[in-house]
Amino acid sequence: MAKATFKIWRGNSEGGEFKSYDTEISEGMVVLDAVLQIQGEQAGDLACRWNCKAGKCGSCSAEINGNPKLMCMTRMNTLPVDEPITVEPMKAFPLKKDLVTDVSWNYEVKKRIKKFKPRTPDAPDGTWRMQQTDIDRVQEFRKCIECFLCQDVCHVLRDHHKHEEFIGPRFLVYAAALEMHPLDTENRLKDLKDDGNIGYCNITKCCTKVCPENITITDNAIIPLKERVVDEFYDPITKFLKLFRKK
Amino acid sequence: MAYASLPVRRSFGETMRRGAWWLSPLLTFLALGAFVVYSTWAAFQGEHYAFGNYLSPFYSPEIFGSSPHALFGAKPAWIPSWLPFSPALLILWAPGGFRFTCYYYRGAYYKAFWADPISCAVGEPRGHNYRGERKFPLILQNVHRYFLYLALIFLIFLSYDAYMSFRFSDASGNTSFGIGLGSIILTANVFFLAGYTFSCHSLRHLIGGRCDELSNKPLQCAAYNACSSLNKRHMLFAWCSLFVVGFSDFYVRMLSMGVWTDLRIF
Repeated sequence: MAKATFKIWRGNSEGGEFKSYDTEISEGMVVLDAVLQIQGEQAGDLACRWNCKAGKCGSCSAEINGNPKLMCMTRMNTLPVDEPITVEPMKAFPLKKDLVTDVSWNYEVKKRIKKFKPRTPDAPDGTWRMQQTDIDRVQEFRKCIECFLCQDVCHVLRDHHKHEEFIGPRFLVYAAALEMHPLDTENRLKDLKDDGNIGYCNITKCCTKVCPENITITDNAIIPLKERVVDEFYDPITKFLKLFRKK
Repeated sequence: MAYASLPVRRSFGETMRRGAWWLSPLLTFLALGAFVVYSTWAAFQGEHYAFGNYLSPFYSPEIFGSSPHALFGAKPAWIPSWLPFSPALLILWAPGGFRFTCYYYRGAYYKAFWADPISCAVGEPRGHNYRGERKFPLILQNVHRYFLYLALIFLIFLSYDAYMSFRFSDASGNTSFGIGLGSIILTANVFFLAGYTFSCHSLRHLIGGRCDELSNKPLQCAAYNACSSLNKRHMLFAWCSLFVVGFSDFYVRMLSMGVWTDLRIF
């Protein structure tokens, strides 16, 4: 069995440091296995959030060698073990302890987004009819596991700390899932422009690169929403044509 | 939430990432920078932009100019003589604007030229006063779709140029079909520019993305699906078309200057 050295961030919001741990690595292990092994054998007080160990709960988000990733989906054989592997907490949220951050801000943001408002039912029994082709693109967004890695890597939150103004890629995806839904009748574009400040996104696609569910966040959610905001607020010709379409 | 308790912002270039994270922005900086310098230089030349039936895409459509390709003849007298004149200066702002406001290029040059961010999860040089595309001047990027409309018109002119590049005249003035290396280059230019234009995010939106239900509009649905397929390769088309359009001008320029001889295939 091979040995690997992990440099794990230990500390809280007051401060902290990297601490080194050597541990045995066996075939098939992921980073979360190694971290839990260290927790069990060497650092019983190491705080680490995890749950499903299958890439579906979004709990074990961290930064491995500087890249935002799920610890449970990062296989050890994809990392160079000849040098120490760094494991840090996410940088866009306040640190609680060690690898655990306080992501509750995200839940507050979600509450601010207007809820799904379906049109009147299509059938007398109170049901609706939809075509699969119309719901396909929304279903991509429903894959989100809320790991918040996209929020973590987004430089608007991570580096510019615009949490009070910008809702971040996760909630632009959430808004896109509602806004593009064939049954939805709500209009969230003014909120996206003024409250969500979609204009802060400068399309660097970092969110897309880190998404463990491979959601094409920038191309399929954010840019289409930006285009809808342009329709509504910045394009006089489209606005003019809309007047006729409504009639 | 106590925002003050957020982790301390990292300084410029600070990251735990390994590997050559700086390579991609560096290559973008060099490639885009080289293209901007070359295209600006070429646009100001005002000569060696046509050779026989070949016309440089930087100068197409040639509204006024000295070549036989000019739509309305030579430079008109009402253009002040002190103003720098070149047929390219009259038109190049449109495809230039299309690329400058393109969603792909925006993301690329914000990283490579403005380091905002220089790469994902890497510290930035500026922390405060970030405005993104919410305020002037970057709010003007929302004009992209208007440049798209112009780019679609330019495609028609460039397609005509590509067609004409297969029509060779002999010494007696008779025109016949032929294939030169220039014909292939100018046709490839149209192919890649069309790929770039038809994969545009704005076109994808306008053609069907703005609708929540497309199943009841089969033609629009097919157009949207086709545009979406191309859109997945938008970055590839962006770079290929950038290289080929620059090389097309360079090739015609070399022929016109007598440095290279056109290879006739047929």
